[in-house]
Amino acid sequence: MIEIMSSLLIVSGLGFYLAGSIGLLRLPDLYSRLHALTKADNLGLGLLTGGLALYTQDLLIALKLVLIWLAVLAASAASAHLIAQHARRRETQS
Amino acid sequence: MTTSAMLILDILMVLSLLSLAAAALATSDARRSVILFMAFGLVLALAWARLQAPDVALAEAAIGAGLSGALLLAAVREQPRPALPDDTKTVHHRDHSSPKLLLEWTVTLLCIVVAGVLAWALAQAFDRAPQDTLAQAVNENLATSGVSNPVTAVLLNFRAYDTLLELAVLLTAVLGIFALGPARPGYRAAGPVFGGLVHWLVPVLILTAAYLLWVGAHAPGGAFQAGATLAAAGVVLRLAGQRTVGLPQGRTLYLVVAAGVGMFLVVGLSLLLLGRPFLGYPPAWAGGLILLIETAAMLAIAATLVLAFLGGRPQPPRTNVTGGKPLATLISTLSPRSRQGLSGADAPGAEPHKHFSEDNSQC
Amino acid sequence: MLTAHWLYGITGCLVVALGLRTALLHALLLHRLIGINVMGAGVFLMLIAVAYRGPGVAPDPIPHALVLTGIVVAVSATALALALARRLTAEQDN
Repeated sequence: MIEIMSSLLIVSGLGFYLAGSIGLLRLPDLYSRLHALTKADNLGLGLLTGGLALYTQDLLIALKLVLIWLAVLAASAASAHLIAQHARRRETQS
Repeated sequence: MTTSAMLILDILMVLSLLSLAAAALATSDARRSVILFMAFGLVLALAWARLQAPDVALAEAAIGAGLSGALLLAAVREQPRPALPDDTKTVHHRDHSSPKLLLEWTVTLLCIVVAGVLAWALAQAFDRAPQDTLAQAVNENLATSGVSNPVTAVLLNFRAYDTLLELAVLLTAVLGIFALGPARPGYRAAGPVFGGLVHWLVPVLILTAAYLLWVGAHAPGGAFQAGATLAAAGVVLRLAGQRTVGLPQGRTLYLVVAAGVGMFLVVGLSLLLLGRPFLGYPPAWAGGLILLIETAAMLAIAATLVLAFLGGRPQPPRTNVTGGKPLATLISTLSPRSRQGLSGADAPGAEPHKHFSEDNSQC
Repeated sequence: MLTAHWLYGITGCLVVALGLRTALLHALLLHRLIGINVMGAGVFLMLIAVAYRGPGVAPDPIPHALVLTGIVVAVSATALALALARRLTAEQDN
């Protein structure tokens, strides 16, 4: 039962990753690509860690996984902001 | 995991390793090449984890992918940026003159021959049954080595001499970097978003480094991974515009950089004076001596890697920033500027004027 | 031997060949440095493939120690090479 639920979570997380990658390839503009990639990939990672945390059934490991997700969330939000800011600066300078 | 699922994972990993390496080497854009190389390093870290080498996976993710990529990106930053990002799709000077083509084909043939020879050597090695005499010797002597992680035991006890020489190589590289010129120009001070991230990330990195150092005795970890994590904290501070980057100033910096080799020599020579062989720890003291040496090595490795990222001799700090207290200077430099950055963040052109930076940053 | 040995070992040989080709042929220093680093990664792949002993068995720790040393030495050599390149371009420019 738990395996089925964690598999569902992991597969839906992978689906979000796929959506983010398709957005990276197909969207026209840097900002829209950044937006799609950051949002979809972080949600995918959240679902992935949720599925893994459910699968291990160990509280400490589950807490570590959630901590990893939060750290990646903060880092990718900051780096998306920096990339967009840099692109904006280059646009207004040239 | 079932063997067929593991096989699928292995094939996918091998294919992505080969395609990432080929893509990183085939592109002519320097930035794209470096980023693909970083991705290659991360997939390689996954491969180490799959091959049951967790210490190597930690070190590869921190040093091979992270710090190596940061070094290469800092070097690429100095090169002029191509005008349009899509301009670099055309391959650089595809010279169709026959001597050039002949040279390319000869070298390609040579590389295929090298790969063939390596594969033949690998087949010879696999044909014999594994002679695990060394691994058995490590297992038998692990109890008296002072640690329970076999990789740490090999690095810091059984082959401590090799680690001493490796730290000497690091010291030589830092001396060379010092001799070649001043550090690269700095970065502009961080805005509120990045500054806020750095504000809590650096203490967490320092804590993680201390944990990795401690846990290396009985689980994957150790001085190299801890030193790389500390160096990551220094790199992140540098990217946020911090001047002193947590490095000590003046003579203390030289002491810290030489601390790895120095501590090894102090311990080794004292043991010589006590009548034991060079770096032959007495079993009762082995754990404590290893921790002592690892702490000094961690600081030396972190200082070396941060200096490598700086790219040269660190410049003396400005008069209004006192070196030596990294966290206090971080708070004092970040908080007033983050308030300025908050008000100036909406106007795109206003930020370079608000944040002073005497180094011309080209980003 | 196990399939993993062959897969990762042969990948290591191929990666060494790829890196060697770029290190010898490319005109720019940065790409040659990346080629040398990729060659190092190929050698590490071969070493760790040789050290692998199977799913339940502990691996051989000595090649792991060799590879750990190799990673650190490779990054310090790359740093020195980049500093040399920077000084070289500065000397050539004036």
